[in-house]
Amino acid sequence: MTPLQLLTWARGTGLGWALALCAAGIVLRLAEMLSLGRAADLAPPRARSPGSGWRTVFSRSLPPPGMFRREPVSYIAGYLFHLGLLFILFLSAAHIELFHALWGLAWPALPSPLVDAMALVAIVSLLVLLVQRLTHPVKRFLSGFQDYLTWAVTLLPLLTGYLATHHLLLDYPLMLALHILSVELLLVLLPFTKLFHSVSVFFSRWYNGDAFARKGVAS
Amino acid sequence: MSASLRRGINAFKEVIDAPIASFFSSCVHCGLCAEACLFYTETGDPKYTPIHKLEPLRRVWEQEYTVTGKLKRLLGLSRAVSDEELAEWGPLVYDSCTLCGRCAMVCPVGNDLTTMIRKMREGMSAAGHAPEGLVTATARAIQTGSPAGVKWVTLQAQIRHMQAEFDIEVPVNREGADYLVLMSSWEILNYPEYLGAVGRIFKQAGATWTLADDAYEATNSGIQIGASDLARELVGRIVTAAERLKVKCVVSPECGHAYTAIRWEGPNLMGRPFTFEVKHILEVLDELRRDGRLKLRGTLDVPLTYHDPCQLSRRGGVVEQPRTLLHELAPNFKEMSDAGTMNWCCGGGGGVSANERAHELQLTAFLRKKAQIEELGVKTVVTACANCRVVMEEALEHYHMDVEMLGLTELVAEHLAEDGQS
Repeated sequence: MTPLQLLTWARGTGLGWALALCAAGIVLRLAEMLSLGRAADLAPPRARSPGSGWRTVFSRSLPPPGMFRREPVSYIAGYLFHLGLLFILFLSAAHIELFHALWGLAWPALPSPLVDAMALVAIVSLLVLLVQRLTHPVKRFLSGFQDYLTWAVTLLPLLTGYLATHHLLLDYPLMLALHILSVELLLVLLPFTKLFHSVSVFFSRWYNGDAFARKGVAS
Repeated sequence: MSASLRRGINAFKEVIDAPIASFFSSCVHCGLCAEACLFYTETGDPKYTPIHKLEPLRRVWEQEYTVTGKLKRLLGLSRAVSDEELAEWGPLVYDSCTLCGRCAMVCPVGNDLTTMIRKMREGMSAAGHAPEGLVTATARAIQTGSPAGVKWVTLQAQIRHMQAEFDIEVPVNREGADYLVLMSSWEILNYPEYLGAVGRIFKQAGATWTLADDAYEATNSGIQIGASDLARELVGRIVTAAERLKVKCVVSPECGHAYTAIRWEGPNLMGRPFTFEVKHILEVLDELRRDGRLKLRGTLDVPLTYHDPCQLSRRGGVVEQPRTLLHELAPNFKEMSDAGTMNWCCGGGGGVSANERAHELQLTAFLRKKAQIEELGVKTVVTACANCRVVMEEALEHYHMDVEMLGLTELVAEHLAEDGQS
């Protein structure tokens, strides 16, 4: 198989399968979760608080009082990584072209030097988070195989994407193929690892905000 | 598998619902919950990380309710939860968690870890891994009505004493009263002045109230140990009395978890909404004040602060009421750092103070509160939970700190305007 054939497979069949498995996995995981149900709370709420779950979905993105000072590295690197990843994913010219080809939708891209910088920032943030995971007593204590696996699977698309864009290390078609394959690995693993937090976080934060608000506490 | 372990695992399976599944699904092992937990911050031991305390429950969730977990189990990649493991987790789930809820406020993915631990205790107690102190207290509560074994005759003696001292009437079993007043064993034994305070306040406010001789105890060990059937039995006694006496409102005393037990868990334990309201005494005081039925006079001028009982503020939403009262009564009232819904626990909530095995750890956890009080430099701390008060009085003594604890209801009662004054 030549690099070009690999690229063709990755772009076509491979991507199709990866997206299908990812979607099916998400549906399965959500069904597993939601089918467990939630008993109605019979205690009358302190105040009616419509939208409280959604408020917490957003407000939990900010560090609660006192927390930033205790764990600045987690917050800074965490923000930079997540924001960098989201910006690159949705606002780089190459990705927008892909979305256009897939769904017929397009929007303006960020200038490529900015996307480049964000990729580097996201990569460096991930490295910092790895060092922190290996050295912080709590993080090291909690970490297992999956924490390192998901770290690597998240780094690969960023790294290969950066290398492909700059025609570094390997020929462009091969590096691009590896980039797409690494994204496909990420997609397939997403529903079945802690990467699923990208979906479940909307539920967990919502449940938290809803429960606290019934007691009159903004969480 | 032993019968008790099977009971425990079944209880784990029963408590896992969609929120719990979403919480376990969302955890990314960031460890930030540890930074919110005083058992970690004061010891530096990572085993006290809140999410780690839930590991056996997480595995049951994964193995029972996810396809990947079932696969992992088949391939030998994950072990079943064992009795030895639960025994090892006992101290993590009971000794090093006061159900204070701080971790649930900071988790970036929104995990309500406190509710998870409350639920995990259901399986721990079913499997026979609850600490002895709590088992004994719960058994005593079921048998005698009080976890400390306080009987009605003891309370009767306090009633006579309070009636004589404060010239009040303490009605018992009065039908149709506005308020059914509950006590905690701590108050009956250590702070009977609470009863006198309530009597004086209601007398001034012209409110009708009563005690019930078959339901005077508000605390609920069933909640702390994690035995919903026993918790239901204890709440049920109060519900029966409140409905028999046709009261409008049941008043939870100055006790944090008693409030949680009756106000928030109560209707869910009974499986139906109540026909009466449930309020914490501070809510009642604040309402009387707003209605102009509580007239205060004079102030306590020493610098003082307020310790938020976790179950009252963070887990109960009673945050503003004590502050409104204190601003009126204490011109030198200062807030502690992290006051309100981000307060730090006294170290003895959630059954920890009833668990002798946890005593030393509880004193270590108190170092956080100690630092907060010292930072402020006050010599008087007001609170509204008899358990916080007992725990803190003991710890203050232990650390040779010259700080006095006061109950807010008593403070209010001491500043009631006489008739015609204001």
